[in-house]
This record gives sequence, C-alpha cells and structure tokens, in this order.
Amino acid sequence: MQLNHAAVGGTEESGDVFVEVSPGTGKLELEITSKVLVLYGESIKKSILETLSRLKVTDAKVIVKDKGAVDQTIRARLVTAIFRAADMKENLPWGDL
Amino acid sequence: MSSKNRLRRTMMFLSTQRAGSIRDAYIYAPDSIIFDLEDAVAVSEKDSARVALYHVLKYVDYKGIERLVRINGADTPFWKEDIRAAVAAGCDGIRIPKCETAHDVEIVEEQVLKAEQEFNRPIGSTLLQIAIETPLGVRNAYELSIASERIFGISIGAGDFMRSMHARRRDDGAELYAARAQLVLAARAAGVQCYDTVHTKVKDYEGLERDTNLIYDMGFDGKSVVHPSQIPIIHKVFTPTVPEIEKAKSIISKLSNEAKEGVGVFMVGDDMIDVAMLEGAKRIMALAKAAGADKGE
Repeated sequence: MQLNHAAVGGTEESGDVFVEVSPGTGKLELEITSKVLVLYGESIKKSILETLSRLKVTDAKVIVKDKGAVDQTIRARLVTAIFRAADMKENLPWGDL
Repeated sequence: MSSKNRLRRTMMFLSTQRAGSIRDAYIYAPDSIIFDLEDAVAVSEKDSARVALYHVLKYVDYKGIERLVRINGADTPFWKEDIRAAVAAGCDGIRIPKCETAHDVEIVEEQVLKAEQEFNRPIGSTLLQIAIETPLGVRNAYELSIASERIFGISIGAGDFMRSMHARRRDDGAELYAARAQLVLAARAAGVQCYDTVHTKVKDYEGLERDTNLIYDMGFDGKSVVHPSQIPIIHKVFTPTVPEIEKAKSIISKLSNEAKEGVGVFMVGDDMIDVAMLEGAKRIMALAKAAGADKGE
C-alpha cells in the first residue's frame, strides 16, 4: 500500500496510543516510546510489523507513542493512520485486517 | 449467531471513539452492548471509530454478551462502510437509527446481505434492530417491525422524538406514553421485542427505577443504558418476585400435567389458569434464571 502523505491516528490519552505514519525513504523505520517499553516493547513492535505486513506497507516511517494501549488498540490506531495516509475512505480491505 | 429472542433487559451504549471504554465493557454484564458509530462519535473520527470497532469485535471476548452496532444514518456518507466493517468483524446485529418507513430498513438489509457475501459470513446471521425517533416512525411502527425477517426488536429514542413533538419531559412519563404504547403494541403484533429509551439523567436512580417499572408493566423487554451504574437497577426491576416465580412454576407444571388429562382450565391459588398463560410463565422463569433468582431446584 502506497502512503501519499503523513497522517495520524489515536490520542495520547491513558489507555490509548498515538501513531504517526509518513512515506518512507525506501524502507521501514520504526520509533516506539512507551512507559512499558521494557516489558512490552517487543510485543508492540511485533503488532506494528504484523499490521504493516498485512496491509503491504513496506516503505514508511512509523512513530508510536504508547500510553498503555492494549494490542487491538495499537493495531487499530496504526490501521487508521495508514488508511488516512493512503487516502482510503471507502471499500476498505476489512477482510485483510 | 445471536438469537432473535434472547434476553435483552439492558442494552448499553458505548462510544466507539474512546479506546479505554470499549474493551472491558463486559465486566458490567449488560445483556447487550451497542457500539455507537453515530451520535457519540465526532465526524472527524468516524473512520477511526470504525477501525476500532472492527478490532474489538474481532479480537475481544465479550463473554457471550450480544454485540450490536449503531450505524450512521442513510443521510450520511458513512453508513455503508459502517455496515461493511461491522459485518466483516462478525457483529451480532445492526441498529438502524431514525427509521421512518420500510424503505429505511430495506436499503440497510441490502447492504448487510452484500457484506455477508463479501466477507463469507453466514447469510442471515446479522440481525437488525429498528430505532424509532420521530412521530412518523411511531405511526409506522408495525410496518417497520415486519420490514425484514432479520428484525429482532424495535426501540424508541426519546431525545429526537421529544424535539419533533414539541413536548417537554415529565417525571411521570406522560409525554411519552402514547409513543411507548404504540411501539409495544406494534412489537407484540409483529412478534418482535421492544425496548425503551435511555434515561439520560445518569445519577437519577429513583427516576430510572420509576421509568423502568412503568415500561416493565407495559410489556417492554428492556431498556437502553448510557452508564454502567444503571444496569443493576434495571435488572432488579426485571427480576420476578418469589411469589411470581412460584406461580409461574405452578402454571408450567400444572399445564403440563393437566394437558395430558385433557383439562384446559384450572386454578392456581385464587387465579383461573389456561394455556394462554404459559408463554408469560415461561418469560417469568427466563427472567428469574437470568437474574439468578431461580436456582432450578
């Protein structure tokens, strides 16, 4: 999936996560901040990479500011940001998520 | 797959916009959860709420609680994608807002069917709930109730209805009586369930209990909820008393025995009983069982 511009999803409220995605420079770049990074950093990274893979995003910069979100919230906010960055509003690929 | 006739004493609205509020909702034990994509979600976050909805429906275990989705109205650009997301994720049903004519139901059903086919969901597995919020909708309540085989119930939304009627809220519910009566009448005639509007004064527990007693006596099956603290009050009203449970047991037991002997009418205490009372007795026992008020001894 091609990202056309930068876009965000989520919030910095407790229990949520703020995600910003933007077109990359030929590769995936991932930046994660979280108070629980030591405990859950690998798990968060895995969710991010799996979601990017499902949506075939291979060229992007992804910034994740976690505020204690659960796994499905992290995935949902990333998907939101990707759809926005790709200008996808209708006929979304729900079956691929 | 959810049953059309399952118990729905409480149907709790949840804004799908807020991540923290939707994932643990099952701990409050409502009978149904209504994930709201409509009024509780800002226009700028409709897309985000829809994606969040998809993920909670797909990946969170709601412990058997029914999961319904209130979609946006057909006069918005959002409703078709709402349906695709909800059906793809396997929701139990769709609540259609502001229904006025059968056409409002038919266009939603058409999109639901397309989504079931597209995402390989069992055809017919997505139920429909009708929300009536205008005087015209109330007048057409029966027509709406029979507009689709998928319909399990109809409900009244008092906020918009009151504005349309130029009415004022009263503590005794007199301003809503005509609409509530027409709705429950239409629902019973059509063989579907009927649910009351939300009680928006969250801390007015006395008013909530009074309202719930009224609609329970009128024959409603349940009530919409906007805050978890309202759930036990409504469940309490919908819990039969010990004498009601004992009487229901006697009716069921005696009807079974008397029917074998060809007797159609008999007495329980001072009351004359016939077979027409069996359905009501079974409903009392279902409510008692749900509330844990009957241990089935």
